[in-house]
Amino acid sequence: MKTTIYSLFVAGALIIFSACTSSETQEGGTESSNVTTDNTPLGQASVVDSESDPNILQVAIGSPDHTTLVAAVQAAHIEHILVNAGPLTVFAPTNAAFDKLPEGTVETLLKPENVGDLTKILTRHAAPGSYNIEALKKEVRKGRNKLYMATDDYFEITVEGDDVYVNGAKVLASIQTSNGIVNVVDEVLLPKE
Amino acid sequence: MKLTKYLFAAALAGAALSFTSCDSSKKESKGALGGNLAERSFVAPGEHDEFYAFVSGGFSGQLSVYGLPSGRLFKVIPVFSVDGEKAYGFNEETKAMLNTSYGFVPWGDSHHPDISQTDGVLDGRWVFINENNTPRIARISLETFETVEIIEIPNTAGNHSSAYVTDNTEYVIAGTRFSVPVPQRDMPINEYKGNFKGALSFLKVDPESGEMDLSFQIMMPGFDYDKAHPGRGKSHGWFFYTTYNTEEAHTLLEVNASQNDKDFIAAINWKKIEEYVANGGGKMMPAKYAHNIYSDETHTATSTMKTEVLTVEPKDVPGAIYFLPTPKSPHGCDVDPSGEYIVGSGKLSANVTVHSFTKMLDAIENEKFAGEAYGIPILNFEDVLAGTVVQPGLGPLHTEFDGKGNAYTTFFISSEVVKWKLGTWEVIDRKPTYYSVGHLMIPGGNSRKPFGKYLVAMNKITKDRYLPTGPEVTQSAQLYDITGDKMELLLDFPTVGEPHYAAGIPADLVAPNSKKYFKLEDNKHPYATLNEKDVKVVRDGNTVHVYMTMIRSHFAPDNIEGIQEGDKVYFHVTNLEQDYDVPHGISMIGANTSELLIMPGQTETFVWNANNQGVWPFYCTDFCSALHQEMQGYVRVSPKGSDVPLKWSLDDE
Repeated sequence: MKTTIYSLFVAGALIIFSACTSSETQEGGTESSNVTTDNTPLGQASVVDSESDPNILQVAIGSPDHTTLVAAVQAAHIEHILVNAGPLTVFAPTNAAFDKLPEGTVETLLKPENVGDLTKILTRHAAPGSYNIEALKKEVRKGRNKLYMATDDYFEITVEGDDVYVNGAKVLASIQTSNGIVNVVDEVLLPKE
Repeated sequence: MKLTKYLFAAALAGAALSFTSCDSSKKESKGALGGNLAERSFVAPGEHDEFYAFVSGGFSGQLSVYGLPSGRLFKVIPVFSVDGEKAYGFNEETKAMLNTSYGFVPWGDSHHPDISQTDGVLDGRWVFINENNTPRIARISLETFETVEIIEIPNTAGNHSSAYVTDNTEYVIAGTRFSVPVPQRDMPINEYKGNFKGALSFLKVDPESGEMDLSFQIMMPGFDYDKAHPGRGKSHGWFFYTTYNTEEAHTLLEVNASQNDKDFIAAINWKKIEEYVANGGGKMMPAKYAHNIYSDETHTATSTMKTEVLTVEPKDVPGAIYFLPTPKSPHGCDVDPSGEYIVGSGKLSANVTVHSFTKMLDAIENEKFAGEAYGIPILNFEDVLAGTVVQPGLGPLHTEFDGKGNAYTTFFISSEVVKWKLGTWEVIDRKPTYYSVGHLMIPGGNSRKPFGKYLVAMNKITKDRYLPTGPEVTQSAQLYDITGDKMELLLDFPTVGEPHYAAGIPADLVAPNSKKYFKLEDNKHPYATLNEKDVKVVRDGNTVHVYMTMIRSHFAPDNIEGIQEGDKVYFHVTNLEQDYDVPHGISMIGANTSELLIMPGQTETFVWNANNQGVWPFYCTDFCSALHQEMQGYVRVSPKGSDVPLKWSLDDE
């Protein structure tokens, strides 16, 4: 009997102690989660740097001909890929290129439920490495005319006269960026059926 | 039953106790004792620290950069010792930084960092730091966080009472701890007394470039000049130095230099001496000392050997130098933010002695002298004494200030920091350190404007404080919150080498100026290659110069042929990136030197001796990009006299 009472009260005291402890832990936990859940999905794209040469994302954002592409990149939340150390070659379809798609395609892709498809389409426009127009011509000259894309597709590079085509899309211009190359193209790169 | 009641009561008492402790822990989270220490030194992932701390590496010869309050280590800046990681002292560009009158010295003992000031307030432009062993002063840029200048100090040995700056960084000073014959000569050691000299050096700092110039040396009596502090505010224009071994002993100093009841603090009116020198005073004497400057344009250091120095004899400038008697081999010499109080910590004394600048001026004006030493007037101890902190601890060393009227002194023997009040000299608080603290640092705590939020104590001994790592265990720094009446130990963290002294500064005075990369268009390196199209390989007898570039993710050229056995090959490598945080590295199999770690826009050079025929690879040593592993190349070495032509290529073109 005596032992029981003793145990009960010891247990009571322990509960008080543990209650005390757990409330402290909760406080701490809440506070730390407040600061750590702040993490932005932008990743490195949130780095403020106006001194370095512009990266692929900054070049795209600065181009009035690529507002659709930029909107798509933002909808897909893949900005951080375009600011990574790379090196990366991005084929950047112009707004006119997106306009060539069947009506409603872009609007549909931009819907949140289609983020997976959108991401895949956009990723198909990126190749590891640095390939500007001259480098693409060299690839053809050396018989290395299959360009490996980040989606595991191989796209054919062709040269007609002075012009270079990737998967049938014409490369209109190459822009050197701090982390790779932006090649402006006149078509959206879709897998050949 | 009685026992039951007793137990009941005891249990209630236990519960009450536990409630009490619960209550008090709630108070703790509001900032009183203990409890939420981790939170107060915690800097969340992605967040920045509030302060930079530049912590001397002591016998590592370097300067490490920490954040406070987190204690996170950001960088180790090589200063006086070679560093294979950053190629400092290994690449062709920085070898000259370690040149001295003794030749190339690969190691140093870094002691006292001090941040440049304007009007007695930290301005965050440069850190100065002294080398004790082969006397030198270095300047570190707080834009590049690299050592940009090192000047040797002649006629000096054990360069310890250094490298402190005056209110407007007019001067950075250096003082000799070990007096020596000046000029150096062959003479019996036991004829030290009266013959050895203690040189105190004043280096003018260019207000724009920061470049140092050894203006003059004061040839003081042969004491040991231990620590120094410039006057602040009202005492601006003066410099104060603690001395020991006023006995002028030359052997068994632990006994023979502890004979006098009092040694001196030397008070030097540098403005008066500056004026004397400006009017043609002083005497040029031959001296040999190196002055090494690193250029951010050529990315290369140049070393100039100087041949003379202007010396000043105290007797020639009457009224400029006085001795303030201070008990028992004073070590720390610290001046409070107002400039009124000069604290001398006699390391063998039971008390901390504080002198009054006002009283000192008064005694000088009234010529109240107790005597003289080598023609330098000695003031009366009582005439200049402001007060004494009585028996605050054992082995007082160094004092810093919080700008709120409090001083904080470290005690080596009793392993503690003691907070006391300026003016009343009463002890307010004491906290243990773990263990055997040397210096302490409050950001700005030796200037006119301390940022009195944190105090860092730097310990010489840690023994059981961390996981053991064999006989050599880490030294440490300890962070205290000093915003309340009582100091609170928040954190202790390991340091690089010996954390001899440190300088702290609010991050927002430094971080915005931190350089992101070097502009290629400003690159004036004589072997720079600014465009991949311009790469080349040039033979000059048995020497071959490779002009190479690097950019994600290849070297140009990456195939080199026509190198011959016995050739000395210089790889001059330019990083073409113009992007923040994209350094590339390079090293070559069998190179008798370190890697290069080349910042964007920078050119560096390493030498490779082609000792053996074969095809030898080189590669990028810094994980730069997704195709980093592909960043590699080959050098073909043919027999001497081979007809393999010199050629270079990338992608066989």
